[in-house]
Amino acid sequence: MPRTDFDKDLRAVQDDLLVLGSMVEKAIANALDALKRQDLDEARRVVQQDDLIDHHRFQLEERCIDLIATQQPLAGDLRALIAGLHIAVELERMGDYAEGIAKICIMMGNEPPLKPLIDIPKMADKSIQMLRRSLDALVNRDVVTAMSVCDADDEVDKLYDDVYTELIGMMIEDPDTVRRATYLLWVAHDLERVADRTTNIAERAIYLVTGDMTDIDVSVY
Amino acid sequence: MSQESKVLDATGLNVWYGDFRALRDVDIAVNEHRVTALIGPSGCGKSTLLRCFNRMNDLVPTSRVTGRVLFQGEDLYGSEVDPTDIRSRIGMVFQKPNPFPKSIFDNVAFGLRINGFMGDVSEAVERSLRQAALWDEVRDRLGNSALTLSGGQQQRLCLARALAVEPEIILMDEPASALDPIATLAIEELIRELSSDYTIVIVTHNMQQAARVSDETAFLMVDEDRAGYLVEFDSTHRIFTNPTDERTEAYITGRFS
Repeated sequence: MPRTDFDKDLRAVQDDLLVLGSMVEKAIANALDALKRQDLDEARRVVQQDDLIDHHRFQLEERCIDLIATQQPLAGDLRALIAGLHIAVELERMGDYAEGIAKICIMMGNEPPLKPLIDIPKMADKSIQMLRRSLDALVNRDVVTAMSVCDADDEVDKLYDDVYTELIGMMIEDPDTVRRATYLLWVAHDLERVADRTTNIAERAIYLVTGDMTDIDVSVY
Repeated sequence: MSQESKVLDATGLNVWYGDFRALRDVDIAVNEHRVTALIGPSGCGKSTLLRCFNRMNDLVPTSRVTGRVLFQGEDLYGSEVDPTDIRSRIGMVFQKPNPFPKSIFDNVAFGLRINGFMGDVSEAVERSLRQAALWDEVRDRLGNSALTLSGGQQQRLCLARALAVEPEIILMDEPASALDPIATLAIEELIRELSSDYTIVIVTHNMQQAARVSDETAFLMVDEDRAGYLVEFDSTHRIFTNPTDERTEAYITGRFS
């Protein structure tokens, strides 16, 4: 006996997560783009559009709560909705980090760049890759892909360490750089958090498949 | 599940009604002071299994039970065992409340009297009615006919009647299926409360009820010969969040065919 309507609703939750994921991905990419090009209009747009991400997250949560209340989901269905609720929150917080980067970009204004951005864009690219992969793992119920997200987190952490060391070195050498270097440290920190939260999504994907709720992020950092 | 805590332990249990096998090769253990729920589609033998636990199937003339059921380590079907004695130690509450056409007091006192109870009957009646959360509602009208009570009250009266003889185990066969949602919740609350002193086995069609009240859940299915068999038995948490067998998953998520 199929549950056609309920199955459709469960698919809609997953589709909503993918939409939210792509909104967040775009926000991160645009925030970085604004930072690289010192495009303050672009940065302001990222800040504005965070409201849409927040709104989408609340809608998604409401959809999950409604299904829990009306359909009394159990087993795999229950895990899908619980995972959906958690992932919606993770994505929304990642959107906040993108907004944070955009705000830093606005604060930096048109000051001459401290240094060419190399590792920070790398961190952003890797984080976005991890985000995509974590959502792929969710959609495909793929534990192996989910685990690989956690491995990739180490690379982002390593980049963060490099950026941190370099910027601290610059600040020690020339105290005039402290303000601008601190801005960049915040950006790097936000990206490190984004990457870390993709591992939470991967953990939820694993929970969905196995029912095990474990911390799989065996970061060496 | 430790060996010591098993109060009922069935192995290789088969039940036949004439030529018809109703239950096939069931292995299941019921733990002390736990609530064990039996779920499954109609005809899967869950009520038959329940009735094996206090030899109610003996009352069906063509029935035959093979395999072994240990009650407190003793063979429940041993030749020296008196089924009537067993039924006072392993009480039962049925789907439809079935009070006797007697007063509320006499309903509860009935089992005590036929068992030659030597203590204070009034005290035992009050204790049982309190345990069944009915005392406050009936204390001023104990002499009224039990049939004047609502369905939910009648069911709690039947529970009080079962509790009066101080059984070790209470078997419940769809105890709330004839009750409204509020009376159902009252029975479920009671089951949880009673589980600290009694071992309870409940058959229910309502999966949410099994999830709410039980510690362990057994899922039974029916095979092509219409014999019931055990598919999966595990903690209620496990069964309802992440069952091992895909047939259990299909059943509890409503995708059973």
